Amino acid sequence: MQKYLSFFRLRFSMGVQYRTAAFAGVITQFAWGAMGILVYWAFYEVDSNAFPMTFSAVVSYIWMQQAFLAFFTVWMMENEIFDSIMNGNISYELCRPIHIYDMWFSRTIANRLSSAILRCFPILVVASFLPKPFGLQPPTSLIHFILFLLTLLLGLAVTVSFCILIYSLTFFTISPAGLKILFTSIVEFFSGAIIPLPFFPEKIQKIMELLPFASMQNVALRIYSADMTNRQMFSAIALQIFWLITLISCGKKLCSIAEKKVSIQGG
Amino acid sequence: MITMEHVCKSYKIAKRNAGFGEACKALFHRKYEKIYALNDITFTIQDGEMVGYIGPNGAGKSSTIKILSGILTPDSGNCFVDGRIPYKSRIEHVRQIGVVFGQRSQLWWDVPVIDSFELLKDIYSISPSMYHTNLEELTDLLNLGELLRSPARQLSLGQRMRCEIAASLLHNPKILFLDEPTIGLDAVSKLAVRDFIHKQNQIHKTTVILTTHDMQDIEALTKRIILIGKGKILMDGTLEDIRKGNKNIDETVAELYRTYDI
Repeated sequence: MQKYLSFFRLRFSMGVQYRTAAFAGVITQFAWGAMGILVYWAFYEVDSNAFPMTFSAVVSYIWMQQAFLAFFTVWMMENEIFDSIMNGNISYELCRPIHIYDMWFSRTIANRLSSAILRCFPILVVASFLPKPFGLQPPTSLIHFILFLLTLLLGLAVTVSFCILIYSLTFFTISPAGLKILFTSIVEFFSGAIIPLPFFPEKIQKIMELLPFASMQNVALRIYSADMTNRQMFSAIALQIFWLITLISCGKKLCSIAEKKVSIQGG
Repeated sequence: MITMEHVCKSYKIAKRNAGFGEACKALFHRKYEKIYALNDITFTIQDGEMVGYIGPNGAGKSSTIKILSGILTPDSGNCFVDGRIPYKSRIEHVRQIGVVFGQRSQLWWDVPVIDSFELLKDIYSISPSMYHTNLEELTDLLNLGELLRSPARQLSLGQRMRCEIAASLLHNPKILFLDEPTIGLDAVSKLAVRDFIHKQNQIHKTTVILTTHDMQDIEALTKRIILIGKGKILMDGTLEDIRKGNKNIDETVAELYRTYDI
């Protein structure tokens, strides 16, 4: 365990040293969030009753999404891991007494946490001081807030374990380019990164909510904006735990197959 | 003790001729060729030995090192290192070995070298006292000093290689695999590295297996050499066995390659 904590520590401390990147990220996320909110505002101005979520719930959804972007975007995968598979540097990792899966897991979590910690506070603070109805609303209740934090972390773990599936698949495809494009689009669409899942037609939404992608950002963001009933919340959390266990065990299996079959690229 | 018995390893390689037409053809029908990187390799290395493992490019040197360090699984044959089968019990095995791949880096690019070392300390669960003794000794012998506090990306190749070698020895491995450790180094760094490897073998009785194209490395370090070509062991003996007259070592080896047609 100690060794994986060390990976975490090193990756984390590396992540927080990139100040300019964080600053640029904050600016981008503000612009992006504002753009999203204005688009929704235009729609809500026409007929606010035509939509499944209240405007203030959508606004909170978007600000939280921007603040914790680093937790959930799939395009933010660890390029160093892809590089190490492509150019063969993975051979150094393989001659260490560590499990590749666990090492990747702690690294990726650390990377995402460090980026999110640098970026989230400015966004959260400024967004909560914005005038109504464009500002981030405080959580509905303490219970909602606690469940939000819990599902946020569960969602992060689900996202990371999904990313590791993609890392391990790279052992077989050699280049990650195709995998990255394919899975980034799928995840963005099905996880509610582009539009929140309640906006989809009901039947489609029912199916989408069962997929692992809905266990990423969807749950936490909707719990925060009080868009879920108690029953929905608990089944969503159960589903998150189910997908986390499934994805981790699939990933571990795939990783060990890959390790056995690996051929090191580049001599 | 290291034993390899009748080890074979092959790779499947997609091949086609040049040109657009050929590329289109390969879309539908791809021809694979099986390349035998290792073909019936057998040798034994005793504890504390220093062995030079030489051969032209593509002879199978790196594949051998990778099998011995548990990264690759051979197609057939047996391989034992101190009674362990490297690729079956990878994690227990790698605790006991150190590996340096001259063309790759194990240091974290953006952080000071010492951070990479501290990580290795935790990865191998090295006790603090052992870590400090080893770090002091390695810093002294490899003249690391100030280098430890600079990020790996700002070190010169020679400086980095010295750090890489130190990184591979922090956990007191019994066996050290060096895959072209002096590649691209200047004369001073080369001498420093050679001198260090020699001392490491003398002081700690570390078994060293060295692959290199630099015959001065071999001359300076090893008594025994194993020559591999096209996946087969062609010769297992000493430098004296192959040397004829007063020719220098490079000419001797070139002639040896020519006689074996590799």
